[in-house]
Parts: sequence; structure tokens; C-alpha cells
Amino acid sequence: MRKFLFQGLLRNPLTEAAPSPDQDALAELGASLARASRRRLGRSLSIREVDAGSCNGCELEIHALGNAIYDIERFGLRFVASPRHADVLLVTGPVTKNMREALERTYNATPDPKWVVAVGDCALNGGVFAGSYACVGAVAEVIPVDLHIKGCPPDPMALLKGLIALVEA
Amino acid sequence: MMSLRETMLRGREARACRPWPRHVVDHSVWLRAARELGKGRGDMLGLWSDGAEVHMAILDHETSQIGLLSIDCPEGRFPSVAHLHPPAMRLERAIGDIYGLAAQGLPDRRRWLDHGRWGLRHPGRSSENSEPSGDAYAFLPAEGAPLHQIPVGPVHAGIIEPGHFRFSANGETVVRLEERLGYVHKGIERLMAGATLERAARLAGRVSGDSTVAYALAFARAVEAALEMEVPRRAVWLRALMAELERLANHFGDIGAICNDASFSLMHAHCGVMREHILRAAQVCFGHRLMMDRIVPGGVAADLSEEGVEALRAFLKTAERLVPNFVRLYGDTTSLQDRTVGAGFVRPELARQYACGGFVGRASGRAFDARRLPGYAPYDELNFKFGASTTGDVDGRIWVRFDEIRASLPLIEQILDRLPSGEIRAEASSCGETREGAALVEGFRGDIFVWAKLGASGVVERCHLRDPSWFQWPLLEAAIEGNIVADFPLCNKSFNCSYSGHDL
Ligand code: SF4
Repeated sequence: MRKFLFQGLLRNPLTEAAPSPDQDALAELGASLARASRRRLGRSLSIREVDAGSCNGCELEIHALGNAIYDIERFGLRFVASPRHADVLLVTGPVTKNMREALERTYNATPDPKWVVAVGDCALNGGVFAGSYACVGAVAEVIPVDLHIKGCPPDPMALLKGLIALVEA
Repeated sequence: MMSLRETMLRGREARACRPWPRHVVDHSVWLRAARELGKGRGDMLGLWSDGAEVHMAILDHETSQIGLLSIDCPEGRFPSVAHLHPPAMRLERAIGDIYGLAAQGLPDRRRWLDHGRWGLRHPGRSSENSEPSGDAYAFLPAEGAPLHQIPVGPVHAGIIEPGHFRFSANGETVVRLEERLGYVHKGIERLMAGATLERAARLAGRVSGDSTVAYALAFARAVEAALEMEVPRRAVWLRALMAELERLANHFGDIGAICNDASFSLMHAHCGVMREHILRAAQVCFGHRLMMDRIVPGGVAADLSEEGVEALRAFLKTAERLVPNFVRLYGDTTSLQDRTVGAGFVRPELARQYACGGFVGRASGRAFDARRLPGYAPYDELNFKFGASTTGDVDGRIWVRFDEIRASLPLIEQILDRLPSGEIRAEASSCGETREGAALVEGFRGDIFVWAKLGASGVVERCHLRDPSWFQWPLLEAAIEGNIVADFPLCNKSFNCSYSGHDL
């Protein structure tokens, strides 16, 4: 273990340069962000991830944000364990009817000011599951959404660009 | 006494199901098969319905043959398998939820996937409307003075899928864990009914995102079996390449995540970088990090370029250098093993009874791998070992993953060295009659079973996809008993069952 740690000290970090914020995301956010409250929160946001029926593909890429290459924490973005600690909800999936109430309750448990980011094509409009008896469809049908990050699943760069837009908007 | 093999050949041979025969049997033969399963003479590979019949796929131990049994349910009932062979329990509950077919004698009659929120009952057939107000769920009692309950989920603390766990604990010690799943039920089998092959393949690839390659492969193989199609050799080999990349990516992710749950973040950091290497190589090779929609009925949708081969060779070089270090890092860190050794023990008998696949089964002595049995191309031409352990604990499940990583790396090398040239896709066209096919494919988590019935026009009439987790989730309940509550995340991660794949 010592060898591993020692090597870590000598090598350059693996972390890659930051992407610039997504322009579309900035535009979508411009309309919805309350600037005053954003100023109060500064450049640091706590994120609570909610899987509302995803196939788990989106989660895999959200996970990847935490690896040494993307290192999301350097942007002041942090995943937290409880909605009560969160400023942002990151929601995935076509909102299954069996998860609808849990999503609503998570939203209600998140203190104001708060933002919702819908991640993936499922969260945008139900994706391939649209029209199923077991799915509501878009996250926006259940809770207000401030930003959509598209893709099936969106890759970590797309996620980062969207989230950086959220910090900088 | 009739053997399981003889039982499986009883009854009338149904519409040809390829590659395994399907027999329609009466009550007594159905029950005899269930009894034989209960005695451990065979593995139950699946139990599902299409609304009219209930089907069961069985692997007979004596002959190592797979066969399908079906029973007609004109009155909406069929004899329960679960009261003779408990692994069928949740499957029968799900059949009741979706198709309204009652398993007679089923010991647990509670609804499973249906939480009373769909606005209808029995969505698999002519469905009745209902109030979507949510059903109450009676958890099993655990009685005794010092016991208290801890409800967890469906929204968990980590970035993971939703499900509910109900712990009954005596102080720190778990006396009973009961799972409640179904939160991510998306109605995929109903969406499949009537879908074109193209759409159905996309759906199959989204049953469980971490196994998108394995699911797409299982679905494609079932369709190809039904249509008796030849798949170009190059496509067959590319599929195996994708499957091994997926296996590696998941095993690295898992080993890192398990260690992280024991607060050993160093391993997590290194494994995360390895996983990222693989996903980036996959992007270069096939144009998608998770390789979604790259396997289609008839072949593959993306060919491997020279650039892709280079990316993979570079990854192999890095992996060959680093994997032994990871093995040493895990093996030499006794403070980490202090958490993993002995935690979450799965008894070998239980793994056998549940025909539990993947690393959970293999860590408890069940040497089963669908790549070997029933086996499929190109693995019959490739050399590989699979992981095995008998310790049955978290530590065992980590070592099996390491073994599988060490097996997949040379597999990828062999595939790159011997990749045949030529076409990558054949046209999958309908054959003017109803056809059935089935397939068993080894995903990283274990064996995935798919059965598909195709209509004369070439659309999917019915399709059933059985995730390996169906036979792993129940064992997690058993494994956690007697452990402390704080070790649950560690045990759970070492299983890494799929919620989405199970809930479907
Ligand atoms: S957008 Fe794609 S990857 Fe994400 S949950 Fe939906 S199907 Fe899965």
C-alpha cells in the first residue's frame, strides 16, 4: 500500500482539464435560476442523486464523475447522502409509477432554494419506455425541472458541462 | 421413479422452440418436475408466463440438457412450483401480478412487482382498472422483546438503484432482512409485445444498463435461434469482445466499490481509473462507452477499426502491468480483509438450490458458467478459466472477480489475435410463421435467460428476460443474517444485484 501511495505523490494527477459550460444548458438555466439565491450559495453545490426508474446506465456515468479523471469535487460539486443536505436533485429514469411518490417526497424534503437536473433521455421524455403502463414519463411531469442533460446515457463530459453551467449561471 | 430427464420429455412437444425443446405437460408431470427440482436433480433457469401458459426452463443435472416445460392455464391457475422448490417464489408472485394467473399452493401470496400504483391490475392481459393509491404491504414479522426495525429506501444514500430493505435487528445484529423490490418496474415485457426486432433489441439493451451488452446478446441469440439464422463469424467474435469488455469494466467497478464501502478508497480510485480506460476504449472501438445498441439480431452494428485495436492493445498493456499490483494491494491489506473475510456468508447448498449464477454462485462453490454450459460461440474455440472459491463470503466474491478479470484479459488478447475478417451483419427477416427461440448468456453478474416468440410478420409477440438477480436477491437476505447492520452496504455491494433487471 505504501508503494501505491508513494507513487501517487510522484505522478502527475490524472485529472483532465475542465470543459467549458454547455451553452444550451446556460440558456435553459438563464430563465430559471434565481440569481440572488445562487449568489448566496456561492460556487458550491450539494447534489442528491435520485434514480426514479433508470436502467442504471445513467447512474454508471454519474458515478464516473467521481473518478480521478473527471474529479467532480474540484468544481465545488459534491454528492450527498440525504435530500435534506442537497441544493440540487439529479434525477434519472422514466419515473416509474412505483417511484413517483418517493421522488415527490425527496423533492419536498429538499430545502429551498433548490434545482432539479433531469439526466438522460428517459428523464427528458420517458425515452424507450415512454407510453408504458408502469411509467409516468418525463421527470418534469412530476416535479419542476431546471435543466435537462440529454443522452442515453449522457457521458461524463456532457454531465460535467451541464453541471458546470449550473455552478456558473 | 421417473428421472427429471424422462419427465422433461413427457407431454406433447409444442411449437418448436429452438435450440431447446418445449413440452406441454399436465398437472402431474409439472408437479413431478417441481419435486425433482426440489430434490436438487436440476436447476430452474426460469419460470414465466405469456398470459396463456406458464413455462419453466430446466437444466437437468444428469444429462446437462436444457428443456422447457409448459402448462396450460385455461382457468387462470397453475400448480405452484414454489411450495416444492422455493426459488420459484418471487417468480410466481410476479406472474400473478402481471398476468393474474394464480399459483395454487404458493406459500407467499403477497403482490411483488405490483405496488398498486399502475392504475390497473394484471397489465399483461386484458387489464382491469384500479385506483393507483398504493397497496399496503405486510412485512414478515420478527418478534421478540429487544428487536427493532430499520426501514431503508427506496431512495438510498448512495448513487444506486431504488429498493426497500426492512431490517429487524437485535442491537447491532441483523435478525432478519426482508427485501421489497419492484420500484423500477417499467413494464418492459409488455412494451416488447408487438415491437419490431429493432425496437425490441433497444429495449433488451436497457433492461439493466450495466449488462446492456449481455442482454442485447441474449436477445439477439434467442431471435437468431428462432429464425435459425447464421451469424457472420466476425460478428460472433466481436460480440464476445464486447461482452468481455463489459465484464471487465463491471468487475473493476465492483472491486473498487466494495473496497470503498469498507472505507478503503485507494482501491476505489485506482479501479475507477481502470474502468474509465475500458469505457474510453469501448468508445473508440464501437462508438459508445457502454456499447449500447451495438449488438443486434443478425450480428453487430459497429465494426472494429485499426484505431480500436490499438486502443485495446494499449489498455491490455496497462492492465497487465497494474492488475497484479491491485491483487497485491487487496491481498496484503489485512485491515481491509478484516471487514471482508467471513462477512455475508452464503452457504453452498443455498447457492446450488437457487442455481445462483455469477460471482455469488461461484464464490460458494457453484461452478457454473453459461459460456461453458450450454456454451456458445466463440467460447468453444477460446481458452479460459473461470473464477472459483468456496469461502462464500465478501472476500470470496472479491477473489472470484479478480480471477475473472485475470481470465478476461487473455480472452480479449486471443480475440484480437484471431479475429476473423468478413461481414458483420446478416439480415434478420421473418420467416412467415410463428417461431420461438431461447438463449442463455453469461453476463458479468451471471446467466441471463431470454425466451422470445416471434410472429409471422417478424415482430416480437412475447419476450421474457430473466435477470440473474432473481436467484441472488433471496440469498442476500440469508447472507446478512447474524451480521451487523453496518456491514450491510459491504455485503450488498459484494452481491451487486440488479434492481432494474429484476424489476423489469
Ligand atoms: S437514458 Fe438511457 S441509460 Fe439513462 S436510464 Fe434511460 S435507458 Fe438507461
